Amino acid sequence: MAETATRSLPLSGIHGGSATVRLEPAAPATRIALRVAMEDVGTLSGALGVDLPVRPKTSAFANGRTALWLGPDEWLVIDEGESGLMTAAANSGATHSAADVSHRNTAILVSGPGAADAINAGCSQDLSLEAFPVGACSRTLFGKAEIVLLRTAEDAFRVEVWRSFSDYAFGLLAEGARDAAL
Amino acid sequence: MSASSNSGSFRIKGAGRHTPARTARFTFDGKSYTALEGDTVASALLAHGVHLIGRSFKYHRPRGILTAGPEEPNALLDVSRDAARRQPNVRATVQEVFDGAKIASQNRWPSLKYDIGAFNDALSPFFAAGFYYKTFMWPREAWHKIYEPIIRRAAGLGVAPTEDDPDHYASRYLHCDVLIAGAGVAGLTAALSAAVTGKKIVLVDEQPEVGGALHYDASTVIDGQNGYDWAQATAAKLRAMPNVTVLTRTTVFGYYNHGFLGLVERVTDHVAKPSKDAPRERLWQVRTKKVILATGSIERHMVFANNDRPGIMLASAARSFLNHHGVAIGHNVGVYTAHDSAYEAAFDLKRAGVSIAAIVDTRDKPGEAVLAEARTLGIDVLTGHAVVDTSGRHRINSMTVARSGNFDRRKIKVDALIVSAGWTPSVHLFSQSRGKLKFDEANQRFVPDVYAQNAVSVGACNGTDDLAELIDEAIMAGGGRLALSGENRFDWTGGMVGAGEGAGPDHAVKAFVDFQHDVTAKDIRLAVREGMHSIEHIKRFTTNGMASDQGKLSNMHGLAIASEMLGRPIPQVGLTTFRAPYTPVTYGTLVAHSRGDLFDPARKTPMHALEEAEGAAFEDVGNWKRAWYFPRRGEDMATAVNRECKTVRDVAGVFDASTLGKIEVVGPDAAQFLNLLYTNAWDTLKPGKCRYGIMTREDGFIYDDGVVGRLAEDRFHVTTTTGGAPRVLNHMEDYLQTEFPHLKVWLTSTTEQWAVIAVQGPKAREIIEPFVEGQDLSNEAFPHMSVAECTVMGVPARLFRVSFTGEVGYEINVPADFGASVWKAVWERAEGMGACLYGTETMHILRAEKGYIIVGQDTDGTVTPDDAGYGWAVSKKKTDFVGIRGLKRPDLVREGRKQLVGLLTKDPKEVLEEGGQIVVDPNQPKPMTMLGHVTSSYWSEHLGRSIAIALVAGGRSRMGETLHVPMADKTIAVEVTDMVFVDKEGGRING
Amino acid sequence: MLLIHCPYCEEDRSELEFRWAGEAHIARPENIAAISDEEFAEFFFLRNNEKGLTYERWRHIHGCGRFFNAARDTVSDRFLLTYKAGLPKQPVPVAEKFAAIAEEKSVETWEQTEGDAR
Repeated sequence: MAETATRSLPLSGIHGGSATVRLEPAAPATRIALRVAMEDVGTLSGALGVDLPVRPKTSAFANGRTALWLGPDEWLVIDEGESGLMTAAANSGATHSAADVSHRNTAILVSGPGAADAINAGCSQDLSLEAFPVGACSRTLFGKAEIVLLRTAEDAFRVEVWRSFSDYAFGLLAEGARDAAL
Repeated sequence: MSASSNSGSFRIKGAGRHTPARTARFTFDGKSYTALEGDTVASALLAHGVHLIGRSFKYHRPRGILTAGPEEPNALLDVSRDAARRQPNVRATVQEVFDGAKIASQNRWPSLKYDIGAFNDALSPFFAAGFYYKTFMWPREAWHKIYEPIIRRAAGLGVAPTEDDPDHYASRYLHCDVLIAGAGVAGLTAALSAAVTGKKIVLVDEQPEVGGALHYDASTVIDGQNGYDWAQATAAKLRAMPNVTVLTRTTVFGYYNHGFLGLVERVTDHVAKPSKDAPRERLWQVRTKKVILATGSIERHMVFANNDRPGIMLASAARSFLNHHGVAIGHNVGVYTAHDSAYEAAFDLKRAGVSIAAIVDTRDKPGEAVLAEARTLGIDVLTGHAVVDTSGRHRINSMTVARSGNFDRRKIKVDALIVSAGWTPSVHLFSQSRGKLKFDEANQRFVPDVYAQNAVSVGACNGTDDLAELIDEAIMAGGGRLALSGENRFDWTGGMVGAGEGAGPDHAVKAFVDFQHDVTAKDIRLAVREGMHSIEHIKRFTTNGMASDQGKLSNMHGLAIASEMLGRPIPQVGLTTFRAPYTPVTYGTLVAHSRGDLFDPARKTPMHALEEAEGAAFEDVGNWKRAWYFPRRGEDMATAVNRECKTVRDVAGVFDASTLGKIEVVGPDAAQFLNLLYTNAWDTLKPGKCRYGIMTREDGFIYDDGVVGRLAEDRFHVTTTTGGAPRVLNHMEDYLQTEFPHLKVWLTSTTEQWAVIAVQGPKAREIIEPFVEGQDLSNEAFPHMSVAECTVMGVPARLFRVSFTGEVGYEINVPADFGASVWKAVWERAEGMGACLYGTETMHILRAEKGYIIVGQDTDGTVTPDDAGYGWAVSKKKTDFVGIRGLKRPDLVREGRKQLVGLLTKDPKEVLEEGGQIVVDPNQPKPMTMLGHVTSSYWSEHLGRSIAIALVAGGRSRMGETLHVPMADKTIAVEVTDMVFVDKEGGRING
Repeated sequence: MLLIHCPYCEEDRSELEFRWAGEAHIARPENIAAISDEEFAEFFFLRNNEKGLTYERWRHIHGCGRFFNAARDTVSDRFLLTYKAGLPKQPVPVAEKFAAIAEEKSVETWEQTEGDAR
């Protein structure tokens, strides 16, 4: 009897943006919240195929996987495919904690010349290229929602947000996008 | 003097900077006027000879335009575009005219000219300072019925709009190296100097165009250019630089900690037809490394009898209206001054064709240069004289002049009077930044002394009067190299603070100090006589400086009068503290995007839309929207809930438990960590099993509870209460990071990773069975308090056998994006079997029937596990856990503590009120000795009677006792019972 | 709005990202179950609430998530120093101390501005 469950994405069908800012929900991705002590970072990097960055506010990308530094022993690893991040981490043999958060987070892609201004409608961080260069990432607040912000290009950001905050985050980005186009 | 077109008969041809062909129409009190683009409401009305603008706050005296800038205390108007876009208390001197503006005067009835409230002026002896404090003291009963309503009706200026604000407001964070507040000569020079260093510069000015004092000061020449033109060219140059942002119509309203400043940019208030996308105002939250304060200074008025008539204004204001707006404020203007600057205003007016009736100067020796120029222009100067009174009902028509110390008075006819007592440096932002001021005795002014932040003041706000010196100071502050010359025609001297001739202690005249709050020199003296010796008390007693203009004109005068009365020098009397905002800021701007859907995140579970489609009513739990109950056609809440309760007990129910907090605790020391954080023991819990855990704080009181499942030796799935999730995680992180950092364990919030579908009731197993793969659901293989990782509808799931109803229960956890699909399938099958959907209300009742507590409802932060009847959950073997010591405190182990017990009303139909107090003897005298209170109370449809849980002193030793709950209209008798009302043996849960 | 240097992120961030977490350097007694009522009161209930230089804990809750320690002047609200959790109480550098003292003199306190009124 049991049919297979189908997936419904948060933000499905939503659209927004302005003349200078494009807003779109990101495709579903595999994500793990990874915690590992400094001495095992190398082992986990090897197992995941991406070097876990150890400098604050930085990210690394390799083999379709992005590793975002969130804290001194904490990374968000995103794989845009359906890869076995959990299995890869489990097979590392090193002590760590990996929790599947693929469905906890969703992401909004913000791009265009007004992208930084749109995000600055609710984010208190300095998003100039000097302070927040391409590849920079940070957990921070966007209005009243916690986000993880990643700069993917000079005028493009990925906003990772918990799914129940995604409508709010999208709505506030849309407001920011409208103002950034003026 | 010649009038131009229809933009007002007081326009001076060739004067001003507006284009005569570009006009805008507006109405004032229903009458239509033509303005020029760039006019403020003040300049446009003055151009038509309109001086009577409003009525004063307390005495309803006719009032006009006093200034030409944001310091305006008098000319407050109601400005609207349409019914909803209406703003009261707008300063006529700031609001730019836009085509179609509807402007109305305030604080008058039935009309501006004939105002009944003006009766207050005649009664003014009764309205002296402190009147309200003294008059409405007694009788006490009269306060609510009579005084307060009357005061409320009379209080406040303007009328707030009743409709929702249809405009939107934006906000933006901005980071820079140097923020420069004020774009006059000093600010522009500092900006130029700073800009060449390549640093990121933000230059802010509140006016539509840069220039500051150059708006009115037409004689200053910078770099060989007319000052105002130089300012505009400089701004253009700065705007073209990539590292510079120039914000005009933008006020720095607050200078807070650590280089944080609040700015408000007025985006559309001056635009006739604003774009739909443009916000009305934009809030800028700026973090800067350095601030250059170039905020200039504000001219003070003279304090003398009847100094508030329409037509009396600051000399610099008259100059602004003339030189910037091209408007003469009268045909025959008098001048009353203690400072040279007013002479320049007189010269400008005279040259524009306005007669100057006389310059009345309190000083015996004004500056020689200005005296010489006055002679050249043929202007009468009366030195050592004072204006001691004025006349004119709706506008000044004469000034009464007397030589100092002489009784001879003479009237001089005027149709306007310009005044200047000198200049007050604008130290508001400096003071807000916690800088310390010093008193400049020679010039009777406060200037910046010690800085608390990385800031520097330049120009007039720093007390720097000399133009060359000012330019040097600004260049230095900017940090760059720059050559710039500046010349002005006159060096100014003079200035006074306090009451002028004829307004001294022996004169009972109305000499206004604070125009907006109608505070006179007499009021301030009265305050001192009544024993107010601190400037803070004098301020509050008289309300001097407490109006929306925050005493920009009045504070120094008030202080000087108080100082004279007290016989103490000004610095010893002290200055009241300047606080943000510098000028009023709309709520819309402060709220910015946080309105409507964006006011607060509305967190919805993956099944929200499906629940909505089933007719769910929702309740707010924290930011979550939770399904509360599912009414069917014609059902009210009670009927729906009764049906849901009965169906769950008889058949089964499906419940959305997704909002429960979930924390993944992973690592080799996970069990040891949980041992320390919960009162229970966790090392004995086998993988595949669950346990109900209680978390106490160090003080021993219950902090949170929830079921914890052990998935593997090193992996636990911890659940918390819905509302407690963030603080429990924070609490756990705190201990992990700072007290037990040696433990190898990590915490991850997984609340939103999982959609949780609870199926509870006798048919629960039958309902879920077909969906589950990889787990035998039989009682033997999967008994109560089990957990398994399995597959549900083809997706990896965590299945819990747990119950919050006392029935057989399962909680299916599937990755959130699959929640809706699984919910739909489960509900379809459940519905076919006669089950129901149920919400949080039914959940609350079903758990109460079983005596399961809700932390935060049955507990309140003073309840120990034992008080709650959960003493069994506190491990006796552990040598440490958070709360172990707290639980041993004498008060926590004493006899007679309040304990949770059940209550059954004698009348089974009577449902107690939660919060109801419990007493032994309802007939004892008040105040009664209260034993505790009702924490949970419901109608139990299953039992056909009411049930309740209560905290009762010594509760468990009172089983069977009759107690009473006194209510307003009756007393309800209750019997103390245990907390389990349904299935005391607990067999159903294992069914 | 304070600006706080996170010793883990090695950057100044807005107060918005942080949460205050009480007085610093109060260690939970190892033998907590055995301490006296007085010792427990001292550990759990009593705080100094000092005016001037104080050591306190903050958490970069909306950032790296780490708890850390800060030396802050409660009069001027100036952060003199922040450092990682677990480190012993760090001395405030002399230069910072002088700046703080100068600032304290320049800053209006409640006593200076309103105290007289009382």
